[in-house]
Amino acid sequence: MSWTPELGLSLLLILPGLGFAGIVLASKAPNIRDGINLLMGALLLANVVALVNVVGTGARPSLMLTDLGGGLALQFTLEPLGAVFAAIASSLFLLNTIYGIGYMRANKAKNQTRFFACFAIAIGAAMGVAASGNMLTLFVFYEVLTLSTFPLVTHNGDEKARRGGRIYLAILMAASIGLLLPAVIASQVFAGTTDFMVGGFLSGHVGPVVAGVLLVLYTFGIAKAALFPVHMWLPNAMVAPTPVSAFLHAVAVVKAGVFTMIKMVVYVFGIDMVQASPVAHWLAILAGITIVVASLIALSKDNLKARLAWSTIGQLAYVTLGAMIATPLALMGAALQIIMHAFGKITLFMCAGAVYSANQTTDISKMNGMGKVMPLVFIAFFVGSLSIIGVPPFAGAWPKLVLLMGMTSAGDRWLMVALVLSSLLNILYLLPVAVNAFMKKPNPAMVATLPASKPPLLTVLPPMLTAFCTLVLFFMVGPIMNYLRPVFEGGGL
Amino acid sequence: MNFIEMITNAGGGHLLANAPALVVAIPLIAGAVAVVLGHGKLAWVWSVLIALVTFGFSLILLQSVLGGETITYAMGNWPAPLGITYHIDALNALLISLVSAMALLALLYGWPMVEREIDPKKHAMFFGTFLLCVGGLIGVAIAGDAFNVFVFLEVSSISTYVLVAMGAQKNRQALTASFNYLILGTIGATFFVIGVGLLYMATGTLNMADISRILADSEGNRVVRAAFAFIVIGLGLKTAMFPLHTWLPNAYTFSPSMIGVFLASTATKVAFYILIRFLFSVFHAGASFETAMFDFVLAPMAMVAMIVCSVQASFQSDVRRLLAYSSVAQVGYMLLGLSLGTAAGLAAGLLHMFNHALMKGALFMAVGLAGLGLGITRVNELRGLGKTMPLVAAGLTVAGLSLIGVPLTAGFISKYYLVIAVLERGWWWAVVAIVVSSVLAIFYVGRMIEAMYLQNPPTPSAAHESDPPIQVRSPVLSMAALYVLVIGSVWFFFDPSLPKGLADTAAGLLIGGGGL
Repeated sequence: MSWTPELGLSLLLILPGLGFAGIVLASKAPNIRDGINLLMGALLLANVVALVNVVGTGARPSLMLTDLGGGLALQFTLEPLGAVFAAIASSLFLLNTIYGIGYMRANKAKNQTRFFACFAIAIGAAMGVAASGNMLTLFVFYEVLTLSTFPLVTHNGDEKARRGGRIYLAILMAASIGLLLPAVIASQVFAGTTDFMVGGFLSGHVGPVVAGVLLVLYTFGIAKAALFPVHMWLPNAMVAPTPVSAFLHAVAVVKAGVFTMIKMVVYVFGIDMVQASPVAHWLAILAGITIVVASLIALSKDNLKARLAWSTIGQLAYVTLGAMIATPLALMGAALQIIMHAFGKITLFMCAGAVYSANQTTDISKMNGMGKVMPLVFIAFFVGSLSIIGVPPFAGAWPKLVLLMGMTSAGDRWLMVALVLSSLLNILYLLPVAVNAFMKKPNPAMVATLPASKPPLLTVLPPMLTAFCTLVLFFMVGPIMNYLRPVFEGGGL
Repeated sequence: MNFIEMITNAGGGHLLANAPALVVAIPLIAGAVAVVLGHGKLAWVWSVLIALVTFGFSLILLQSVLGGETITYAMGNWPAPLGITYHIDALNALLISLVSAMALLALLYGWPMVEREIDPKKHAMFFGTFLLCVGGLIGVAIAGDAFNVFVFLEVSSISTYVLVAMGAQKNRQALTASFNYLILGTIGATFFVIGVGLLYMATGTLNMADISRILADSEGNRVVRAAFAFIVIGLGLKTAMFPLHTWLPNAYTFSPSMIGVFLASTATKVAFYILIRFLFSVFHAGASFETAMFDFVLAPMAMVAMIVCSVQASFQSDVRRLLAYSSVAQVGYMLLGLSLGTAAGLAAGLLHMFNHALMKGALFMAVGLAGLGLGITRVNELRGLGKTMPLVAAGLTVAGLSLIGVPLTAGFISKYYLVIAVLERGWWWAVVAIVVSSVLAIFYVGRMIEAMYLQNPPTPSAAHESDPPIQVRSPVLSMAALYVLVIGSVWFFFDPSLPKGLADTAAGLLIGGGGL
């Protein structure tokens, strides 16, 4: 049987499904289990690459999963935006799996089978989100993603983990069932369909007031995008093991949120309707506030993972901001931000985890002088920081530039100020971590209490690779933009 | 269906032709036989056999009305209005199948619980009463005669009081629960029969089709309106319509485990059905007093139930009581669908009735198994169930997710259609109630899931922390019954065509003013 795009779409779910089964069956043999996991990740990536190529030639492969009757169907249609999201998620998933195996073994974590089994379901759900052809399908996989990551967040099983997990589930589920689901159903009622359409399936079916209400419901219902005030789940999910944080922040969860945000603007409402809506303007301002405030809070955190979490909230708001401005250029900036931030942030998280694996430290103030013990980790951290800040020649520079250009054409000065201010704050909260690790002398009292061991190799290589990717992506932005351009210029589907 | 042809060819034609009578008569007569059988396990085997046969007949009935046909069966060939008629269409065929299927599953599930909870001397009585209850419920669903409905309602109710009271060996509170239920249930039945009496006064007939015809031709008068009020209140009590639901939580909590499963998935459903039958077929949904009742009584009460009882469920410490309050809230969803007065709303309400029977049955089964294995009755005692009874915990989780209405479970489908129906009517505030109630469901289901998976099982004093928790095995048949319902709760997400088709057909019949 030869590979066809339709088969490829079904493999997006089948491969993680088989991986899940394999992981569970091989629970007694950790080496075989992790081998199956890696094999699944590699096959998934190969499959996604093939799909990305097919979509690049202008094809839009489509697959009916199940027809629920009455105009409801679970259905896949892959377009460039989804293909890009699938590509980021599957490539980073593979790296994160390698890293996760190293991390979990180094830290002798319990219940590793359950851990990787949940990962397999979660990546399948992320693939489902990426490929969904209508809002209902997207919603279904979005929920599966929430539920399958819940055991990951609470993996440590202590009171802190339970509390974090409870908040994680409560906010995400309450927002999606309380806000997103009614919005999806209302869309179905007004438009008679939830199939994604160029120009938005709602356009022409709803007046400006209803559209405004729906836009608010969608924007806050997609709580994975962590716009203030539905952002609190993110810092609380920090209790999870680092590979989970990386998965949450870079691979799938928040990316699924902001991806849905862009998809919603482009294919549910249509660019024109969002541009014309005054509600979108207010939401853009809220995103601007989120950017600045989250950066300020990040500055105040000494726990490295907490600082990164707040940084993620700020960086995600860039995407929401671009989506709400809704000019083709701003949307392009938002889409680039999803890609570039993913690589930058996963680098930072993997480095944080590597430091933790070596000597159980999470406090930034204790990392002074550690650069000499583990130079590679902190070089990677430094590169990742530069990318997030937006310094050329690292990937993170492009989205900020394109977003600023998009805002110039939309003419919103104050939001531009927010963006620039945030970049300055990024410098303040990210750079000192790596710089102090190299330049400052370690606190002598600290040296005595900390074992200065080297991090395991499997936790060092992946962040170095992703750090290198941020450099490569800087030069690859042209092809990426060409690939995505049809989405924002009316040729997405 | 080949199976049916096979029987017909074998000379069973008259059996099939009389299926409407047999589906009621078999469990009623078999109930009496069960008492004579005496020996406990024998009575159980007999009951399973009877439930299987009844289920077979109900499937035959279902098969013959799938296309939207209706069957009118005259008892003893005495045509209406002299004789008593039975009436079968998509609406009650679905319900009869549900009742007989749940009876079968509850029986398959229940033997270990009954053995534990009921005095062996009473086993035969227990199963006999149970079969009477099944026959009564099917009779309510099938009867086309208002007084017959009352009789069967009493047969099923009185046997239910007895069954609930049999929980007394487990917990003496079952006696007060049963007594409470007896008083309120009898008030409900009395109201209903007064209503039927008034209708007889106004129309001179007890045949529901005739009443409907005469009412359609006549101007509404005060007697008819009074009858309407009595019947709605009476059946509202039986349906556990808020605020007439106070009998339900205790009755569900203290009844024997097997009875809890059966009641939760059938009793209020049948009452809900007969309420629909009277509201839409006997009276006419177009009548002004009825529309007013829908908009100003039924819909607000349904929404209050959805929210208030979900809040109450969130604060319960007893698992079965938590589920019972959630049931009252779920009845609110069904009543909301009904009160829309549209075909879409009615269909959504019926679909939710079906899905809720599956998930609530599964939940009560799982809780019963946890009680059997580990003596669990409270939410915080569920801790570590994911490790000690992984399959039961998984079943409880899936059914719980369906209760919330998470995608990939049947509960999502019915809530989806309900919200669509509500929006089509323009009642956006009802959407708010549905949403709030669903979020509360996340809360109370979440409490159970958290206890099961995130907390460690209690360690016996002799064991060490690091010892793997001891897994407790459950009886195979009970597990099989549980998983039939759990898989059903997922299956009917992917293929809702059977219940959805029947609900749509039934709603079409009822809204068309017909259905009798």
